[in-house]
Amino acid sequence: MPAAPKTMRETHASVAGVTRIFPAVGGQPPVHALGPLDLDLAKGEFFAVVGPSGCGKSTLLEVLAGLSAPTEGTVTFEGRPVAGQVPDGVGVVFQEDASFPWLTVWDNVAFGLRRAGFEAAEIKRRVDYAVGFMGLADFAQAYPAQLSGGMRQRVCIARTLVLQPRLILLDEPFGALDQQTRLLMGDELLRLWRETGATVLLITHALDEAAMLSDRVGAMSARPGRFIDLVETGWPRDRDSRIVSDESFGRLTGHLWSLLREESMKASGHKR
Amino acid sequence: MSRVGWIRLAIVLGAVGLLELLCQTGVIKTMTMIPPSRMAVELWKMAESGKLGAPVAKTLSNVLAAFVLSVALGFIAGLLIHSLPRFRRALDPLLASYYAVPFFVFYPVLIVIFGMSDLPIIIIGFLFGVVAMIINTLNGLDRIPPVLLKVGRMNRMGSLQTALLIKLPSAAPYLFTGVKLAVAYSFIGVIASEFILSGAGIGYDIAYAYNNFDNRTMYALMLFILTTVTAVNMALYIWEQRMLKRRMGGR
Repeated sequence: MPAAPKTMRETHASVAGVTRIFPAVGGQPPVHALGPLDLDLAKGEFFAVVGPSGCGKSTLLEVLAGLSAPTEGTVTFEGRPVAGQVPDGVGVVFQEDASFPWLTVWDNVAFGLRRAGFEAAEIKRRVDYAVGFMGLADFAQAYPAQLSGGMRQRVCIARTLVLQPRLILLDEPFGALDQQTRLLMGDELLRLWRETGATVLLITHALDEAAMLSDRVGAMSARPGRFIDLVETGWPRDRDSRIVSDESFGRLTGHLWSLLREESMKASGHKR
Repeated sequence: MSRVGWIRLAIVLGAVGLLELLCQTGVIKTMTMIPPSRMAVELWKMAESGKLGAPVAKTLSNVLAAFVLSVALGFIAGLLIHSLPRFRRALDPLLASYYAVPFFVFYPVLIVIFGMSDLPIIIIGFLFGVVAMIINTLNGLDRIPPVLLKVGRMNRMGSLQTALLIKLPSAAPYLFTGVKLAVAYSFIGVIASEFILSGAGIGYDIAYAYNNFDNRTMYALMLFILTTVTAVNMALYIWEQRMLKRRMGGR
């Protein structure tokens, strides 16, 4: 496959000198979870973050989303500081099932639009499109408990998409799914990324997922998490899960593992 | 009706039938208890004569007031206590031992403050029900998945919106337990108060009939209370089951 042309693009979101230290609780010492860490996300870029368990990947996402304030450093989105408040235009899909069990699929997807005060006709248009786009049209009136884990995660993705976020943050959204479903969901994610033109930051523990989906992969060290390398994948924008059979895909995942092996051993307490 | 429902109905009908048989054959003396069929006839006669209307209206309106106050204030208090963890730690043992307090000792105080009106009765009913609601609200709030609250923050929802649109429905199964207990405790509090504190209401009429050896009226009114409370609880149970069925995917 031909490599994507590298062009200078404007910064969409950035973290500069960010650290996150969780204060001491119940006699336990403070936990230095993250940083110092710098990252610039280009507009329309698909960026994946990989790293050992507990290295602060999800903390980075929460800081970027404004769900958690950094202890030090600054976070900006579209040139404005994110000061522990969720800015307009940012959407998050969480690792856990975040669907509301008391609402139907349709009402789950419409939830954010109703809160934002959209008109009924616009809500219907957007929700119908998102439900169809995510392959949930036949289940629009079903409740989450009647769906599989993968379908529930699609509901959560659709609920984020209908708000048309310009920055989509995904925290291991496919972590609970089997490998085949993950590949197919990855295709859907790439399709919506191309359609919306949004900037995407994906947190994942799966190296192949990061290698397949992203333009760049940030490999993080063991806690406190810092980027040890930023790897350009070189994939074209019009890609899908078939790139896993490309010979350069194997080299890429191999390179990521060589970066992370020692950090993973450190994180799990193994000695070389 | 499901098979379990039929079994349940058979148990109730069997118990009523046995009681009818024991009363009709004289094993249970008429001075002690009249047969259930006679209770139903007497209740029907009271309803037809219009004797039932005033006490029922008085008691049910007091129960309703105590119940609504218990549920509304119990939920709000639960939300507030949940948001103050240190205060909650101090309060937890008191809530746990609350039902060990014999509320009826406060009757004289309530009468002195509020007079011989419906208010002391409603307050007693409220005091019985409110803590069940607080405890179940706290249980429900403890079990809200944190990720749902994050969704609320992502949608820039305020505290009130989060409470009404996420916390309330998420904790609903636990709140429902609180509601069911609040209904039962409101009935108990109001009717028991009417026995000794009131000049009207079903509780007062039962006590009056008892003191005058009027078994027919006493048992007819007791039957009314039993069927009303059972009907209310069954309606709540059916509603709860429907809600849980949706959440559990029809399993």
